[in-house]
Amino acid sequence: MIKNISNLGDAALYCDFGSEVNKEINSKVIRYFKSIQKENIDGINNLTPSYNKLIISFDLRKKNFQTIKKLIENLNITNDDALESNKIKIPVCCDENFSLDIKRLEEKLQITRDKIYEKFFGKEFFCYMTGFIAGMPFLGDLENELQAKRLETPRVKVPKGSVGLTEQFANIYTFESPGGWNIIGNTPQVIFDSTNENNPNLINPGDVVTFEQITKEQYYNNNE
Amino acid sequence: MNKNYFEIKRAGINTTFQDQGRDNLYHIGIPFSGAMDNRNFQISNKLVGNEVNFPIIEFAYQGPLLKYFGENINFAITGNVKFIIRKKNNTIEGKCYQSFILENGDELDIISTNKSVYGYLAVSGEFDVNYQWSSCSVNTKANIGANNGKKIEDGQKIYILNINKNLSDKKLNYINTKIENIRVIQGTNFDYFSDEGKKIFFEKEFVISKLSDRMGMRLEGPKIENIVDTNIKSEGLLKGVIQVPADGNPIIMLSDHGTIGGYPKIGVVISADYDKLVQLTPGSKIKFKKVELADAETLFKLYDLETQNLISQI
Repeated sequence: MIKNISNLGDAALYCDFGSEVNKEINSKVIRYFKSIQKENIDGINNLTPSYNKLIISFDLRKKNFQTIKKLIENLNITNDDALESNKIKIPVCCDENFSLDIKRLEEKLQITRDKIYEKFFGKEFFCYMTGFIAGMPFLGDLENELQAKRLETPRVKVPKGSVGLTEQFANIYTFESPGGWNIIGNTPQVIFDSTNENNPNLINPGDVVTFEQITKEQYYNNNE
Repeated sequence: MNKNYFEIKRAGINTTFQDQGRDNLYHIGIPFSGAMDNRNFQISNKLVGNEVNFPIIEFAYQGPLLKYFGENINFAITGNVKFIIRKKNNTIEGKCYQSFILENGDELDIISTNKSVYGYLAVSGEFDVNYQWSSCSVNTKANIGANNGKKIEDGQKIYILNINKNLSDKKLNYINTKIENIRVIQGTNFDYFSDEGKKIFFEKEFVISKLSDRMGMRLEGPKIENIVDTNIKSEGLLKGVIQVPADGNPIIMLSDHGTIGGYPKIGVVISADYDKLVQLTPGSKIKFKKVELADAETLFKLYDLETQNLISQI
Protein backbone atom coordinates (compact mmCIF):
# COMPACT_ATOMS: atom_id res chain seq x y z
CA MET A 1 0.00 0.00 0.00
CA ILE A 2 2.86 2.36 0.73
CA LYS A 3 4.49 2.96 -2.64
CA ASN A 4 7.83 4.00 -1.28
CA ILE A 5 9.49 4.63 2.08
CA SER A 6 12.42 7.01 2.21
CA ASN A 7 14.07 9.06 4.92
CA LEU A 8 13.23 12.67 5.63
CA GLY A 9 16.34 13.81 7.44
CA ASP A 10 17.87 11.44 9.98
CA ALA A 11 14.89 11.03 12.29
CA ALA A 12 11.82 10.41 10.14
CA LEU A 13 10.30 8.05 7.61
CA TYR A 14 8.62 9.56 4.58
CA CYS A 15 5.90 7.16 3.44
CA ASP A 16 4.64 7.95 -0.03
CA PHE A 17 1.17 6.68 -0.97
CA GLY A 18 1.03 8.33 -4.40
CA SER A 19 0.85 11.75 -5.96
CA GLU A 20 -2.89 12.29 -6.49
CA VAL A 21 -5.18 13.87 -3.94
CA ASN A 22 -8.32 11.79 -3.50
CA LYS A 23 -10.29 10.06 -0.79
CA GLU A 24 -9.09 6.57 -1.71
CA ILE A 25 -5.43 7.37 -1.25
CA ASN A 26 -6.06 9.60 1.75
CA SER A 27 -8.13 6.86 3.43
CA LYS A 28 -5.16 4.53 3.10
CA VAL A 29 -2.95 7.13 4.75
CA ILE A 30 -5.44 7.58 7.59
CA ARG A 31 -5.74 3.79 8.08
CA TYR A 32 -1.98 3.46 8.37
CA PHE A 33 -1.85 6.42 10.71
CA LYS A 34 -4.51 4.98 13.02
CA SER A 35 -3.01 1.48 12.99
CA ILE A 36 0.48 2.71 13.81
CA GLN A 37 -0.93 4.94 16.52
CA LYS A 38 -2.56 1.89 18.12
CA GLU A 39 0.69 -0.10 18.03
CA ASN A 40 2.28 2.45 20.37
CA ILE A 41 5.75 1.70 19.06
CA ASP A 42 8.50 2.74 21.44
CA GLY A 43 10.63 5.51 19.94
CA ILE A 44 8.06 6.87 17.48
CA ASN A 45 7.32 10.40 18.65
CA ASN A 46 5.07 11.78 15.91
CA LEU A 47 2.89 10.79 12.99
CA THR A 48 1.78 13.31 10.39
CA PRO A 49 -0.80 12.07 7.91
CA SER A 50 -1.52 14.33 4.94
CA TYR A 51 -3.27 13.97 1.57
CA ASN A 52 -1.02 11.21 0.27
CA LYS A 53 1.97 11.03 2.60
CA LEU A 54 2.58 9.83 6.13
CA ILE A 55 5.59 11.11 8.01
CA ILE A 56 6.73 9.04 10.97
CA SER A 57 9.25 10.72 13.22
CA PHE A 58 11.22 8.93 15.85
CA ASP A 59 13.63 9.61 18.69
CA LEU A 60 17.09 9.09 17.27
CA ARG A 61 18.37 8.18 20.74
CA LYS A 62 16.18 5.08 20.68
CA LYS A 63 15.64 4.08 17.08
CA ASN A 64 16.96 4.70 13.59
CA PHE A 65 15.61 4.75 10.06
CA GLN A 66 16.28 1.08 9.34
CA THR A 67 14.73 -0.24 12.55
CA ILE A 68 11.54 1.81 12.20
CA LYS A 69 11.30 1.04 8.48
CA LYS A 70 11.40 -2.69 9.21
CA LEU A 71 8.75 -2.35 11.91
CA ILE A 72 6.44 -0.45 9.57
CA GLU A 73 6.97 -2.86 6.68
CA ASN A 74 6.11 -5.79 8.90
CA LEU A 75 2.88 -4.30 10.20
CA ASN A 76 -0.17 -6.13 9.01
CA ILE A 77 -2.54 -3.36 8.01
CA THR A 78 -5.77 -4.41 6.42
CA ASN A 79 -7.71 -2.30 4.05
CA ASP A 80 -11.04 -3.86 4.88
CA ASP A 81 -12.15 -2.16 8.06
CA ALA A 82 -14.42 0.76 7.46
CA LEU A 83 -12.75 3.98 8.45
CA GLU A 84 -14.15 5.37 11.69
CA SER A 85 -15.86 8.57 10.80
CA ASN A 86 -17.92 11.18 12.64
CA LYS A 87 -20.47 13.35 10.90
CA ILE A 88 -20.16 16.93 12.05
CA LYS A 89 -22.31 19.98 11.32
CA ILE A 90 -20.63 23.37 11.39
CA PRO A 91 -22.76 26.54 11.56
CA VAL A 92 -21.43 29.40 9.46
CA CYS A 93 -22.59 33.00 9.29
CA CYS A 94 -21.99 34.83 6.02
CA ASP A 95 -22.80 38.31 7.23
CA GLU A 96 -20.74 40.88 5.34
CA ASN A 97 -18.51 41.42 8.39
CA PHE A 98 -17.49 37.78 8.11
CA SER A 99 -17.48 37.00 4.38
CA LEU A 100 -14.34 39.00 3.74
CA ASP A 101 -13.64 37.70 0.22
CA ILE A 102 -17.10 37.01 -1.17
CA LYS A 103 -16.92 39.89 -3.66
CA ARG A 104 -13.51 38.79 -4.81
CA LEU A 105 -14.82 35.23 -5.20
CA GLU A 106 -17.82 36.37 -7.22
CA GLU A 107 -15.41 38.00 -9.63
CA LYS A 108 -12.91 35.12 -9.66
CA LEU A 109 -15.54 32.42 -10.12
CA GLN A 110 -17.94 34.46 -12.26
CA ILE A 111 -20.97 33.32 -10.25
CA THR A 112 -23.18 35.09 -7.70
CA ARG A 113 -22.77 34.73 -3.97
CA ASP A 114 -26.10 32.94 -3.76
CA LYS A 115 -24.78 30.32 -6.17
CA ILE A 116 -21.58 30.05 -4.15
CA TYR A 117 -23.52 29.43 -0.95
CA GLU A 118 -25.88 27.03 -2.68
CA LYS A 119 -22.95 24.91 -3.85
CA PHE A 120 -21.22 25.07 -0.47
CA PHE A 121 -23.87 24.62 2.21
CA GLY A 122 -25.44 21.24 2.90
CA LYS A 123 -22.76 19.36 0.95
CA GLU A 124 -20.63 16.68 2.59
CA PHE A 125 -16.90 17.32 2.82
CA PHE A 126 -14.27 14.79 3.83
CA CYS A 127 -11.53 15.74 6.29
CA TYR A 128 -8.22 14.85 4.63
CA MET A 129 -5.97 16.10 7.39
CA THR A 130 -5.62 18.56 10.25
CA GLY A 131 -2.73 20.84 10.95
CA PHE A 132 -0.63 23.77 9.86
CA ILE A 133 -2.10 25.49 12.91
CA ALA A 134 -3.59 23.43 15.73
CA GLY A 135 -6.86 21.79 14.75
CA MET A 136 -7.22 23.34 11.29
CA PRO A 137 -9.14 20.86 9.09
CA PHE A 138 -8.51 20.47 5.36
CA LEU A 139 -11.89 19.54 3.87
CA GLY A 140 -12.73 18.45 0.35
CA ASP A 141 -13.76 18.34 -2.34
CA LEU A 142 -15.34 21.54 -3.53
CA GLU A 143 -17.15 21.49 -6.87
CA ASN A 144 -15.15 22.76 -9.82
CA GLU A 145 -17.21 25.96 -9.94
CA LEU A 146 -16.02 26.88 -6.43
CA GLN A 147 -12.34 26.32 -6.99
CA ALA A 148 -10.25 29.48 -6.77
CA LYS A 149 -6.61 30.24 -6.13
CA ARG A 150 -5.56 31.71 -2.82
CA LEU A 151 -5.24 35.48 -2.35
CA GLU A 152 -2.28 36.96 -4.16
CA THR A 153 -1.28 38.80 -1.02
CA PRO A 154 -2.14 36.74 2.05
CA ARG A 155 -3.83 38.49 4.99
CA VAL A 156 -1.58 39.23 7.93
CA LYS A 157 -4.48 38.34 10.24
CA VAL A 158 -7.35 36.06 9.36
CA PRO A 159 -9.95 36.20 12.17
CA LYS A 160 -10.51 33.13 14.33
CA GLY A 161 -13.42 31.01 13.09
CA SER A 162 -13.05 32.14 9.48
CA VAL A 163 -14.13 29.60 6.86
CA GLY A 164 -11.97 29.75 3.75
CA LEU A 165 -11.84 28.19 0.30
CA THR A 166 -8.85 27.44 -1.89
CA GLU A 167 -8.69 25.11 -4.87
CA GLN A 168 -10.66 21.95 -4.01
CA PHE A 169 -10.58 22.55 -0.26
CA ALA A 170 -12.33 24.37 2.56
CA ASN A 171 -10.78 25.03 5.96
CA ILE A 172 -11.49 26.72 9.26
CA TYR A 173 -9.05 29.06 10.99
CA THR A 174 -8.92 27.76 14.56
CA PHE A 175 -6.89 30.81 15.66
CA GLU A 176 -6.26 34.26 14.35
CA SER A 177 -3.43 33.57 11.93
CA PRO A 178 -1.84 34.84 8.75
CA GLY A 179 -3.38 33.17 5.72
CA GLY A 180 -4.37 33.43 2.10
CA TRP A 181 -7.62 31.48 1.76
CA ASN A 182 -10.77 33.12 0.36
CA ILE A 183 -12.94 33.79 3.41
CA ILE A 184 -16.68 33.30 2.93
CA GLY A 185 -17.95 33.29 6.51
CA ASN A 186 -17.28 32.61 10.17
CA THR A 187 -18.29 29.90 12.60
CA PRO A 188 -18.99 30.45 16.31
CA GLN A 189 -18.22 26.76 16.89
CA VAL A 190 -15.05 25.94 18.88
CA ILE A 191 -12.98 23.77 16.53
CA PHE A 192 -9.88 23.36 18.70
CA ASP A 193 -9.93 23.20 22.49
CA SER A 194 -6.52 22.85 24.11
CA THR A 195 -8.08 22.20 27.53
CA ASN A 196 -9.55 18.94 26.20
CA GLU A 197 -6.30 17.00 26.02
CA ASN A 198 -7.84 13.68 24.99
CA ASN A 199 -9.81 15.11 22.13
CA PRO A 200 -8.80 18.69 21.31
CA ASN A 201 -9.96 18.61 17.69
CA LEU A 202 -13.64 18.74 16.84
CA ILE A 203 -12.81 17.51 13.34
CA ASN A 204 -10.34 14.69 12.69
CA PRO A 205 -9.01 13.03 9.53
CA GLY A 206 -11.67 10.77 8.04
CA ASP A 207 -14.61 12.75 9.47
CA VAL A 208 -17.39 14.11 7.27
CA VAL A 209 -18.33 17.77 7.67
CA THR A 210 -21.42 19.65 6.51
CA PHE A 211 -21.68 23.42 6.73
CA GLU A 212 -25.00 25.04 7.62
CA GLN A 213 -25.74 28.68 7.08
CA ILE A 214 -26.94 30.64 10.11
CA THR A 215 -28.11 34.21 10.64
CA LYS A 216 -26.22 36.88 12.54
CA GLU A 217 -28.65 36.47 15.47
CA GLN A 218 -28.03 32.72 15.59
CA TYR A 219 -24.28 33.38 15.40
CA TYR A 220 -24.28 35.64 18.44
CA ASN A 221 -26.66 33.38 20.37
CA ASN A 222 -24.32 30.49 19.72
CA ASN A 223 -21.41 32.57 20.99
CA GLU A 224 -23.00 33.28 24.36
CA MET B 1 2.89 30.03 53.87
CA ASN B 2 6.28 31.06 52.52
CA LYS B 3 6.05 32.25 48.97
CA ASN B 4 9.11 32.33 46.81
CA TYR B 5 8.82 34.25 43.61
CA PHE B 6 10.35 36.41 40.94
CA GLU B 7 8.81 39.74 40.10
CA ILE B 8 9.38 40.52 36.45
CA LYS B 9 10.74 44.05 36.19
CA ARG B 10 11.49 43.66 32.48
CA ALA B 11 10.32 40.66 30.51
CA GLY B 12 12.84 40.79 27.68
CA ILE B 13 12.16 40.15 24.01
CA ASN B 14 10.98 36.56 23.86
CA THR B 15 10.98 35.03 27.31
CA THR B 16 9.02 31.80 27.73
CA PHE B 17 8.78 28.70 29.88
CA GLN B 18 10.10 25.65 28.10
CA ASP B 19 11.01 22.05 28.79
CA GLN B 20 11.65 19.05 26.53
CA GLY B 21 8.50 19.77 24.50
CA ARG B 22 5.51 17.58 23.63
CA ASP B 23 5.32 14.48 21.45
CA ASN B 24 2.71 12.83 19.28
CA LEU B 25 0.56 15.84 18.42
CA TYR B 26 1.72 16.69 14.89
CA HIS B 27 -1.40 15.03 13.50
CA ILE B 28 -3.62 17.59 15.20
CA GLY B 29 -1.38 20.50 14.28
CA ILE B 30 0.76 20.95 17.39
CA PRO B 31 4.57 20.94 17.01
CA PHE B 32 7.15 19.72 19.57
CA SER B 33 8.07 23.19 20.81
CA GLY B 34 10.43 22.81 23.80
CA ALA B 35 13.77 24.45 24.48
CA MET B 36 15.40 25.43 21.20
CA ASP B 37 18.91 24.49 22.31
CA ASN B 38 18.34 21.19 24.03
CA ARG B 39 21.91 20.76 25.30
CA ASN B 40 22.01 24.10 27.09
CA PHE B 41 18.53 23.47 28.49
CA GLN B 42 19.60 20.18 30.08
CA ILE B 43 22.87 21.56 31.43
CA SER B 44 21.11 24.51 33.09
CA ASN B 45 18.92 22.11 35.06
CA LYS B 46 21.78 19.88 36.11
CA LEU B 47 23.73 22.91 37.41
CA VAL B 48 20.99 23.53 39.98
CA GLY B 49 20.50 19.89 40.92
CA ASN B 50 17.28 19.35 38.95
CA GLU B 51 16.25 16.55 36.66
CA VAL B 52 17.41 17.61 33.19
CA ASN B 53 13.86 18.00 31.85
CA PHE B 54 12.52 20.45 34.45
CA PRO B 55 10.84 23.64 33.22
CA ILE B 56 13.24 26.54 32.70
CA ILE B 57 12.97 30.09 31.42
CA GLU B 58 14.23 30.52 27.87
CA PHE B 59 15.09 33.99 26.64
CA ALA B 60 16.29 35.40 23.33
CA TYR B 61 18.65 38.37 22.82
CA GLN B 62 17.61 40.67 25.68
CA GLY B 63 16.70 38.59 28.72
CA PRO B 64 14.48 39.39 31.69
CA LEU B 65 15.22 41.50 34.77
CA LEU B 66 13.89 39.58 37.75
CA LYS B 67 13.64 40.62 41.39
CA TYR B 68 13.66 37.71 43.79
CA PHE B 69 11.65 37.38 47.01
CA GLY B 70 11.92 34.37 49.28
CA GLU B 71 14.36 32.00 50.88
CA ASN B 72 17.80 31.51 49.34
CA ILE B 73 17.77 29.76 46.01
CA ASN B 74 20.40 28.64 43.52
CA PHE B 75 20.21 29.53 39.87
CA ALA B 76 22.31 28.94 36.77
CA ILE B 77 22.37 30.44 33.31
CA THR B 78 23.61 28.65 30.22
CA GLY B 79 24.37 29.81 26.72
CA ASN B 80 26.58 32.77 26.01
CA VAL B 81 24.94 35.36 28.23
CA LYS B 82 25.90 38.60 29.95
CA PHE B 83 24.13 39.02 33.29
CA ILE B 84 24.62 40.65 36.68
CA ILE B 85 23.28 40.07 40.18
CA ARG B 86 22.42 43.26 42.09
CA LYS B 87 22.61 42.77 45.83
CA LYS B 88 21.86 45.33 48.53
CA ASN B 89 25.42 46.57 48.74
CA ASN B 90 27.19 45.32 45.66
CA THR B 91 26.85 44.01 42.15
CA ILE B 92 28.23 40.66 41.01
CA GLU B 93 29.21 39.97 37.42
CA GLY B 94 27.55 36.70 36.40
CA LYS B 95 29.16 33.73 34.69
CA CYS B 96 27.43 31.10 32.63
CA TYR B 97 27.73 27.40 33.54
CA GLN B 98 28.04 28.17 37.23
CA SER B 99 25.48 28.22 40.01
CA PHE B 100 24.88 31.38 42.06
CA ILE B 101 22.72 32.11 45.08
CA LEU B 102 19.89 34.63 45.11
CA GLU B 103 18.79 36.10 48.43
CA ASN B 104 15.57 37.92 49.27
CA GLY B 105 15.54 41.25 47.42
CA ASP B 106 18.33 40.44 44.95
CA GLU B 107 17.88 41.40 41.32
CA LEU B 108 19.00 39.20 38.46
CA ASP B 109 19.51 41.30 35.35
CA ILE B 110 19.96 39.15 32.24
CA ILE B 111 21.28 41.84 29.95
CA SER B 112 21.70 39.99 26.68
CA THR B 113 22.92 36.95 24.85
CA ASN B 114 26.29 37.48 23.26
CA LYS B 115 26.76 36.46 19.58
CA SER B 116 24.02 33.87 20.11
CA VAL B 117 20.25 33.83 20.32
CA TYR B 118 18.98 31.73 23.23
CA GLY B 119 19.91 31.48 26.90
CA TYR B 120 18.46 29.42 29.74
CA LEU B 121 17.68 30.23 33.36
CA ALA B 122 17.17 27.33 35.77
CA VAL B 123 16.54 27.54 39.52
CA SER B 124 16.93 24.96 42.28
CA GLY B 125 13.20 24.43 42.57
CA GLU B 126 10.11 24.02 40.45
CA PHE B 127 8.54 26.89 38.59
CA ASP B 128 4.85 26.83 39.44
CA VAL B 129 3.58 26.26 35.90
CA ASN B 130 0.73 24.38 34.27
CA TYR B 131 1.29 21.51 31.87
CA GLN B 132 -0.55 20.61 28.70
CA TRP B 133 0.11 17.24 27.15
CA SER B 134 2.83 16.58 29.78
CA SER B 135 4.81 19.66 28.85
CA CYS B 136 4.90 23.26 30.06
CA SER B 137 6.49 24.44 26.80
CA VAL B 138 4.89 27.61 25.60
CA ASN B 139 3.60 27.73 22.04
CA THR B 140 2.52 31.34 21.65
CA LYS B 141 0.77 30.67 18.37
CA ALA B 142 -1.72 28.16 19.75
CA ASN B 143 -1.53 29.57 23.31
CA ILE B 144 -0.54 26.20 24.68
CA GLY B 145 1.58 25.54 27.76
CA ALA B 146 2.56 27.47 30.88
CA ASN B 147 1.53 31.09 31.50
CA ASN B 148 -1.62 30.58 29.36
CA GLY B 149 0.61 29.87 26.40
CA LYS B 150 2.00 33.39 26.41
CA LYS B 151 5.37 35.05 26.72
CA ILE B 152 6.37 36.21 30.19
CA GLU B 153 5.27 39.83 30.64
CA ASP B 154 6.38 42.88 32.57
CA GLY B 155 5.07 43.05 36.11
CA GLN B 156 3.99 39.45 36.49
CA LYS B 157 5.09 37.17 39.33
CA ILE B 158 6.60 33.76 38.83
CA TYR B 159 6.28 31.44 41.81
CA ILE B 160 8.76 28.73 42.71
CA LEU B 161 7.87 25.59 44.65
CA ASN B 162 9.92 22.93 46.45
CA ILE B 163 13.22 24.74 46.71
CA ASN B 164 16.16 22.41 47.12
CA LYS B 165 17.98 23.88 50.09
CA ASN B 166 21.11 21.79 50.52
CA LEU B 167 22.82 22.62 47.33
CA SER B 168 26.53 22.93 46.81
CA ASP B 169 27.98 25.22 44.18
CA LYS B 170 28.18 23.63 40.78
CA LYS B 171 30.22 24.51 37.77
CA LEU B 172 31.03 23.24 34.31
CA ASN B 173 33.86 24.16 32.01
CA TYR B 174 32.17 24.59 28.70
CA ILE B 175 32.32 27.06 25.86
CA ASN B 176 29.70 27.14 23.13
CA THR B 177 31.26 26.82 19.74
CA LYS B 178 29.75 28.42 16.67
CA ILE B 179 29.21 26.52 13.45
CA GLU B 180 29.34 27.88 9.93
CA ASN B 181 28.81 24.65 8.05
CA ILE B 182 25.35 23.24 8.58
CA ARG B 183 25.21 19.58 7.65
CA VAL B 184 22.12 18.47 5.78
CA ILE B 185 20.60 15.38 4.25
CA GLN B 186 19.02 15.84 0.82
CA GLY B 187 15.30 16.50 1.03
CA THR B 188 12.45 14.60 -0.59
CA ASN B 189 12.07 17.27 -3.32
CA PHE B 190 15.76 17.73 -4.02
CA ASP B 191 15.17 17.01 -7.70
CA TYR B 192 12.73 19.92 -8.01
CA PHE B 193 15.77 22.18 -8.31
CA SER B 194 17.99 22.82 -11.29
CA ASP B 195 21.57 21.49 -11.34
CA GLU B 196 22.72 25.05 -10.89
CA GLY B 197 20.28 25.47 -7.98
CA LYS B 198 21.56 22.31 -6.29
CA LYS B 199 25.12 23.49 -6.73
CA ILE B 200 24.31 26.89 -5.27
CA PHE B 201 22.64 25.23 -2.27
CA PHE B 202 25.75 23.28 -1.34
CA GLU B 203 28.42 25.77 -2.37
CA LYS B 204 27.28 29.32 -1.77
CA GLU B 205 26.90 31.30 1.41
CA PHE B 206 23.49 32.15 2.86
CA VAL B 207 22.79 34.90 5.35
CA ILE B 208 20.35 34.45 8.23
CA SER B 209 17.58 37.02 7.94
CA LYS B 210 16.06 39.11 10.72
CA LEU B 211 12.76 37.38 10.00
CA SER B 212 13.69 34.44 12.19
CA ASP B 213 12.00 33.26 15.35
CA ARG B 214 11.08 30.06 17.20
CA MET B 215 8.99 28.98 14.20
CA GLY B 216 11.51 29.33 11.46
CA MET B 217 14.75 30.77 10.18
CA ARG B 218 14.66 32.62 6.87
CA LEU B 219 17.77 32.79 4.74
CA GLU B 220 18.88 35.18 2.04
CA GLY B 221 21.31 34.38 -0.70
CA PRO B 222 21.57 33.43 -4.34
CA LYS B 223 18.19 32.29 -5.63
CA ILE B 224 17.73 28.52 -5.87
CA GLU B 225 15.97 27.80 -9.14
CA ASN B 226 13.00 25.44 -9.11
CA ILE B 227 12.40 23.60 -12.39
CA VAL B 228 9.44 21.41 -11.44
CA ASP B 229 6.83 23.17 -9.29
CA THR B 230 7.09 25.82 -6.60
CA ASN B 231 4.34 24.07 -4.65
CA ILE B 232 3.82 20.50 -3.52
CA LYS B 233 0.66 18.95 -2.13
CA SER B 234 0.74 20.00 1.52
CA GLU B 235 2.38 17.43 3.76
CA GLY B 236 4.05 17.11 7.14
CA LEU B 237 7.04 19.13 8.26
CA LEU B 238 9.73 18.50 10.85
CA LYS B 239 12.10 20.75 12.64
CA GLY B 240 15.20 21.18 10.53
CA VAL B 241 13.35 20.80 7.21
CA ILE B 242 14.54 23.37 4.65
CA GLN B 243 11.74 24.52 2.35
CA VAL B 244 12.29 26.69 -0.69
CA PRO B 245 9.24 28.82 -1.61
CA ALA B 246 8.72 30.47 -4.99
CA ASP B 247 11.03 33.40 -4.20
CA GLY B 248 13.96 30.95 -4.03
CA ASN B 249 15.02 31.86 -0.47
CA PRO B 250 15.24 28.88 1.89
CA ILE B 251 13.33 28.71 5.19
CA ILE B 252 14.45 26.30 7.92
CA MET B 253 11.67 24.99 10.14
CA LEU B 254 12.36 25.41 13.85
CA SER B 255 10.72 24.03 17.02
CA ASP B 256 7.37 25.93 16.84
CA HIS B 257 6.88 25.38 13.09
CA GLY B 258 3.53 24.89 11.37
CA THR B 259 2.98 21.14 11.13
CA ILE B 260 2.02 21.10 7.45
CA GLY B 261 3.58 22.91 4.52
CA GLY B 262 3.37 23.08 0.77
CA TYR B 263 6.80 24.19 -0.38
CA PRO B 264 9.39 21.79 -1.80
CA LYS B 265 11.87 20.38 0.70
CA ILE B 266 15.44 20.73 -0.54
CA GLY B 267 17.08 19.34 2.59
CA VAL B 268 16.89 18.57 6.29
CA VAL B 269 19.41 19.77 8.88
CA ILE B 270 20.89 16.78 10.70
CA SER B 271 19.88 16.29 14.33
CA ALA B 272 23.46 16.74 15.52
CA ASP B 273 23.58 20.34 14.24
CA TYR B 274 20.19 21.60 15.40
CA ASP B 275 21.21 23.06 18.81
CA LYS B 276 23.98 25.06 17.19
CA LEU B 277 21.93 26.13 14.21
CA VAL B 278 19.29 27.83 16.36
CA GLN B 279 21.97 29.87 18.14
CA LEU B 280 23.07 31.62 14.94
CA THR B 281 22.11 35.30 14.94
CA PRO B 282 20.63 37.24 12.02
CA GLY B 283 23.43 38.37 9.72
CA SER B 284 25.46 35.16 10.30
CA LYS B 285 26.75 33.50 7.16
CA ILE B 286 26.26 29.77 6.74
CA LYS B 287 27.01 27.08 4.20
CA PHE B 288 25.23 23.78 3.76
CA LYS B 289 27.28 20.62 3.63
CA LYS B 290 25.83 17.40 2.33
CA VAL B 291 26.01 14.24 4.45
CA GLU B 292 24.55 10.78 4.09
CA LEU B 293 22.06 9.23 6.50
CA ALA B 294 24.55 6.80 8.08
CA ASP B 295 26.98 9.64 8.82
CA ALA B 296 24.20 11.78 10.25
CA GLU B 297 23.25 8.94 12.60
CA THR B 298 26.84 8.56 13.80
CA LEU B 299 27.25 12.32 14.21
CA PHE B 300 24.14 12.45 16.36
CA LYS B 301 25.37 9.58 18.53
CA LEU B 302 28.62 11.47 19.10
CA TYR B 303 26.83 14.73 19.81
CA ASP B 304 24.45 13.07 22.26
CA LEU B 305 27.34 11.28 23.97
CA GLU B 306 29.14 14.59 24.34
CA THR B 307 26.00 16.12 25.90
CA GLN B 308 25.70 13.18 28.32
CA ASN B 309 29.39 13.54 29.22
CA LEU B 310 28.97 17.23 29.96
CA ILE B 311 25.95 16.53 32.14
CA SER B 312 27.78 13.79 34.03
CA GLN B 313 30.68 16.15 34.78
CA ILE B 314 28.38 18.39 36.83
